Amino acid sequence: MTSLLEVTDLVKHFPIKRGVLIDREVDQVRAVDGIGFTVQRGETLGLVGESGSGKSTACRAVLQLIEPTSGSVRFEGREIAGLGRRQMTPLRREMQMIFQDPYASLNPRKRVGQIVGDPLKRQGIASGSDLRRQVQELLERVGLSSEHYNRFPHEFSGGQRQRIGIARALALKPKLVICDEPVSALDVSIQAQIVNLLDNLQDELGLTYLFVAHDIGVVRHIADRIAVMNEGKIVEQGSADQVCEQPKDEYTKKLLAAVPIPDPKESRARQQRSSVQ
Amino acid sequence: MSQPLLSVEELRVGFATEAGVVQAVDGVSFDLRPGEVVAIVGESGSGKSVTAQTLIGLTRANNARIEGSVKLDGKELTSAGDAEMRSLRGEKVAMVFQDPMTSFNPVYRIGAQIVEAIRAHRPDTSKADAKARVIGLFESVGIPNAEQRVDDYPHEFSGGMRQRAMIAMALALEPEVLIADEPTTALDVTIQAQILDLLEQLNRERNLATILITHDLGVVAEVADRVLVMYAGKVVEQGTLDEIFYDPQHPYTWGLLGSLTRIDRPRPQRLPQIAGQPPSLLDLPQGCPFRPRCPHEFSKCSEYPGLEARLAEKPDHCDRCWLGPDEKRAKRLVEGQIGLEAPR
Repeated sequence: MTSLLEVTDLVKHFPIKRGVLIDREVDQVRAVDGIGFTVQRGETLGLVGESGSGKSTACRAVLQLIEPTSGSVRFEGREIAGLGRRQMTPLRREMQMIFQDPYASLNPRKRVGQIVGDPLKRQGIASGSDLRRQVQELLERVGLSSEHYNRFPHEFSGGQRQRIGIARALALKPKLVICDEPVSALDVSIQAQIVNLLDNLQDELGLTYLFVAHDIGVVRHIADRIAVMNEGKIVEQGSADQVCEQPKDEYTKKLLAAVPIPDPKESRARQQRSSVQ
Repeated sequence: MSQPLLSVEELRVGFATEAGVVQAVDGVSFDLRPGEVVAIVGESGSGKSVTAQTLIGLTRANNARIEGSVKLDGKELTSAGDAEMRSLRGEKVAMVFQDPMTSFNPVYRIGAQIVEAIRAHRPDTSKADAKARVIGLFESVGIPNAEQRVDDYPHEFSGGMRQRAMIAMALALEPEVLIADEPTTALDVTIQAQILDLLEQLNRERNLATILITHDLGVVAEVADRVLVMYAGKVVEQGTLDEIFYDPQHPYTWGLLGSLTRIDRPRPQRLPQIAGQPPSLLDLPQGCPFRPRCPHEFSKCSEYPGLEARLAEKPDHCDRCWLGPDEKRAKRLVEGQIGLEAPR
């Protein structure tokens, strides 16, 4: 059986242009510089790295939201790199995205029912009372109430907004969900709620996640396998426990050392160790 | 023990809104001594930021009502005039804000913005002297190439560097108290670790008294001496760092501790979480406001207990929960670790 998603040698370079009348390309930003990974059905692949490591660009290139410079992205065995907008439209049902900022990713002038229902309408799947029923079911599935249908995004807290974003991503019953920093804008206590919700939805609906974050502590919790990204390249890849417990790459070790340990004695011991070094 | 530098007593801050009075801070008291780091922890809407902003006089709006007392070196701040407050701000108390992306004016050079702050307070300082001082500050907060970078614009700085510049600006007038409001929330974990190290180093070298506002107990464990846990405008538990982490008394604190992901332990199937949302301050439940989210709620909780020391021999470890100490010790253990309830 083929993997759900297979990415090979994916490259995205952004040109740096100079000049007044004639744009000359003087250099390139190598945001994604030849990465490869596979995601199997039903698993979660965590993609970790700092800001600027290229992880968000990688997500967008996988989804064809930006056109990759070169490389291949295979979804269920079918090449999608370079497909046009129209050709991608039917495939959008299969792959959806959850965004980082729950304040910026929901249109403030639309009601929740409309936000969650729009993908269904646009793909011509449901309309009228059927649409309403499906949207209300989705809201309940993500831990909101069907009475929230007519509310506006500003009436909700950050965690609840992220639930709306999740409902919207699930509306088309996708196979692959790309989560780009879904919890980093939330309070720690609410992060746990959202991570658990994603876990439960995966079990219930058989979803496959590509989970992107800068906090390797959160990624380790949700991911089966982890790929660590630095400066546009994947520097280490392996099972979540293996990467976190026996990291091989220096950069992975640096990421792990930065995660705060919520234990004052441990943290004092760690500080002493690092001051000795 | 040394005299407190800052002393907050029964601070109450309310805002009149169309829907009624929002009591954002409701009776907060604490002392801060030189060289000490006090952390105020809570979720969004718990009143932690409003507390911090009130200390420095940033909540003085027409619809705000501030009661209680804030004394800095014996001087009352709540009744100080605006001009007086302005001269204290920066000189005595300085603040580092959460979002380094929006805290600088994007159309002025970073160095010039700090020079302006210095010269506003010390008009005798020449521009050149002030700039030299900014370069020195940049070096002390770890900005490389300080001499070139003072002339950069904010967009030329990365998030972590901008937060360092923010800290440099806060330190420019050598304040005695630094208020850091979620200083690392907008940053990556790797940069967060660097900024926390910097704050700790400054605190040690300059004997700076620091108030750290955060929602993340992981951050607290790295730097704080004492901790106040806030919920719905009130302090629900306060104590030393070790008391809060190893013998937490309030179920909300258990929930906060339990919901952290821990890289140093085997991962659980599901993360322990605190169910539900923080209550609306306009519609607080009767009695303990944490009651609707608390699995250990019982008949007595319809009355809200005061903040009292409930443990013998620990006069400074106070909380607001009716459960007895032994009951608490039994109930807070979830699968061998501190938490609110087993994850579902």
